[in-house]
Amino acid sequence: MLRLEKRPVPSRFWTIMTPVVAVVATMVAGGLLFAFLGKDPVAAIRTIFWDPIFSEFAWYYRAQLLVKAAPLILIALGLSLGFRAGIWNIGAEGQYIVGAITGAAVGLAFYPLDAWYIFPLMILAGALGGWAWAMIPALLKIRFGTNEILVSLMLVYVAEQLLAKMSLGLLKNPDGHGFPGSRNFQEYPSAHNVELIEGTGMHGGVLAGFIAVIAAYVLLNRHILGYQIRLTGQSARAARFAGVRPKLLVAFCLGTSGALAGLAGLFEVAGPAGQITIDFNVGYGFTAIIVAFLGRLHPVGILLAGLLMALTYVGGEIAQANLRLPAAAIQAFQGMLLFFLLGFDVLANYRIRPIKREVA
Amino acid sequence: MNHIRSILAAAALSLGLAAPAAAQDPLKVGFVYVGPIGDFGWSYQHDQGRLAVEEEFGDNVETVYQESVPEGADAERVLTQMALSGTDLIFTTSFGYMDPTLNVAKKFPNVKFEHATGYKRAPNVSTYSGRFYEGRTVLGHIAGHMTKTNKIGYIASFPIPEVVRGINAAYLAAKAVNPDVKFSVVWVSTWFDPAKEADAANALIDQGADVLMQHTDSPAAMTIAEDKGIYAFGQASDMERFGPNAQLTAIVDNWNPYYIERVHAVLEGTWESQDSWHGLAEGMTQMAPLSDAIPDDVKASTQEIIDKLASGEMHSFEGPINRQDGSAWLAEGERAEDGTLLGMDFYVEGIEGSLPK
Repeated sequence: MLRLEKRPVPSRFWTIMTPVVAVVATMVAGGLLFAFLGKDPVAAIRTIFWDPIFSEFAWYYRAQLLVKAAPLILIALGLSLGFRAGIWNIGAEGQYIVGAITGAAVGLAFYPLDAWYIFPLMILAGALGGWAWAMIPALLKIRFGTNEILVSLMLVYVAEQLLAKMSLGLLKNPDGHGFPGSRNFQEYPSAHNVELIEGTGMHGGVLAGFIAVIAAYVLLNRHILGYQIRLTGQSARAARFAGVRPKLLVAFCLGTSGALAGLAGLFEVAGPAGQITIDFNVGYGFTAIIVAFLGRLHPVGILLAGLLMALTYVGGEIAQANLRLPAAAIQAFQGMLLFFLLGFDVLANYRIRPIKREVA
Repeated sequence: MNHIRSILAAAALSLGLAAPAAAQDPLKVGFVYVGPIGDFGWSYQHDQGRLAVEEEFGDNVETVYQESVPEGADAERVLTQMALSGTDLIFTTSFGYMDPTLNVAKKFPNVKFEHATGYKRAPNVSTYSGRFYEGRTVLGHIAGHMTKTNKIGYIASFPIPEVVRGINAAYLAAKAVNPDVKFSVVWVSTWFDPAKEADAANALIDQGADVLMQHTDSPAAMTIAEDKGIYAFGQASDMERFGPNAQLTAIVDNWNPYYIERVHAVLEGTWESQDSWHGLAEGMTQMAPLSDAIPDDVKASTQEIIDKLASGEMHSFEGPINRQDGSAWLAEGERAEDGTLLGMDFYVEGIEGSLPK
């Protein structure tokens, strides 16, 4: 028999290795799932992980990987700050929606004016919108001690209603024959989040994602605030003795993650998505939670995890079309990733030992 | 057989993608669905159309599809991917695919696109939709007769013209045979969410509704109606198996003839961009068999309405009809124009409550 023995300090080796092991385990279990569905498991795994990067049309897919990964990375970076300090923002999806709405609203208010300052203003408004939406659970937690997990999650559903209302009302395209949805930013150059280099997928959000990775890295490793975040996560009591002001930290972590989610929403609505619609949000805010943990809450880890997650999306679509894998199987496959990651996390914190016979 | 074909197709794809398409290659037809093909509603019916195409043309076509594709950036990628991998004709089967379809169509002028329920066209983009409001008129007629509580529950998705048009058509027909009838509309803000749809159904039944109508895609409300022993109508697809006693009839979206016709046109080289809005007459809107729970005289009058709508002798919106605020919309004998119907954003007189704005 085996038993678990708590390690005095989490294993450095396993902390880095668990994501890799989890990915391999997901490939194996996913392959089994695909085999049960009557598909060639090797072809399926190759289609998901290989084809988007190396196949004939990879020039297109590589760009799409960036487009798909950018919002995930932006949101996950923000979430990781709070997660490190034990502050759980589960409502990034809502902040993403609100950021998109406020950013889009600013852009649409200027329509059809042609001016260089419109897009920067939209970026500002998007970040502010997401920040404000996240400050609701932050302030409630600070003032009344409410649970930020519940409040932020519930606000996602409020945000979805707001989104539907905006697409059908205030932001509806006046030239849209009564159909829901705003004007398309792809047809409004001053407000369009264009590809910085044609055909590469590098739009403003991707750039912002890369900058955020560097900023988060510097913050966590070189700045007193990063030290306080890490300290709070390890021991809230010790952190208080060290002069951390917990309420301020709650406001900072939730606010920053909200602002980053809002930014992600703005870049998405002004670029790849193009317009505010009823179904604008597709779950980036929730998937980013997986990305944050898959990336070990580390900025560089999140960058890689975001790209990996994007790979399963883009590759999953190719597998759907070419191998006729059902969409649900791809979603189950993505879910396995988090499942195995959390499962193998045991190895970082515990040692597996054979049970010794005790002397009676 | 299908299984073998899919394996062969996959093998052919993985081996032969690099080779330029030979002249003898089958026509590759793609379908993009907004929901899972197992929704037994909207996407399911479109997939039935795909299967009909396969059956009609056999080895002359090869179909590919993608289900549960979110509208927006993801749709654009899926469409691009289909176009890149040599698909000749692509059906995009949800309103939200409109701009993505146009964007991708611009980049692939040789690929033909068919977009359902939209209004933007291009030389290689056609649009098509069904006059499902005609079916609503039929449902309203039956519901008006069948309700004992005079309360019809209506589960609605979003206040877009398509949905508003359906509520109005059903209400007018119900009111015509039952002046006391009342409609309770619940907006669930989703097209497909069985749990939410079931909640709405229960809430409506608790409020006294004894006939349910829905403009959402899952059969959840039908199963609730079956459990509670009341009546309901199938949406988009014949949902009899979910409510053998509850279903009075269903509006069936029958895309099969249109899909076959359009694939045929591409094969013949006669495909051109066009706009189609087909109803009972063309068979794009169909009614499922009428339930035996409907009394014979009502069955007869229902059939008469179906026939008259199909022949054009009758129209779902024929004056005098006022708007909800009492202002005149259609004069005596006047029929609604398609343009007004397509942008309908108001209730007709008699419906209580207001449209969510």
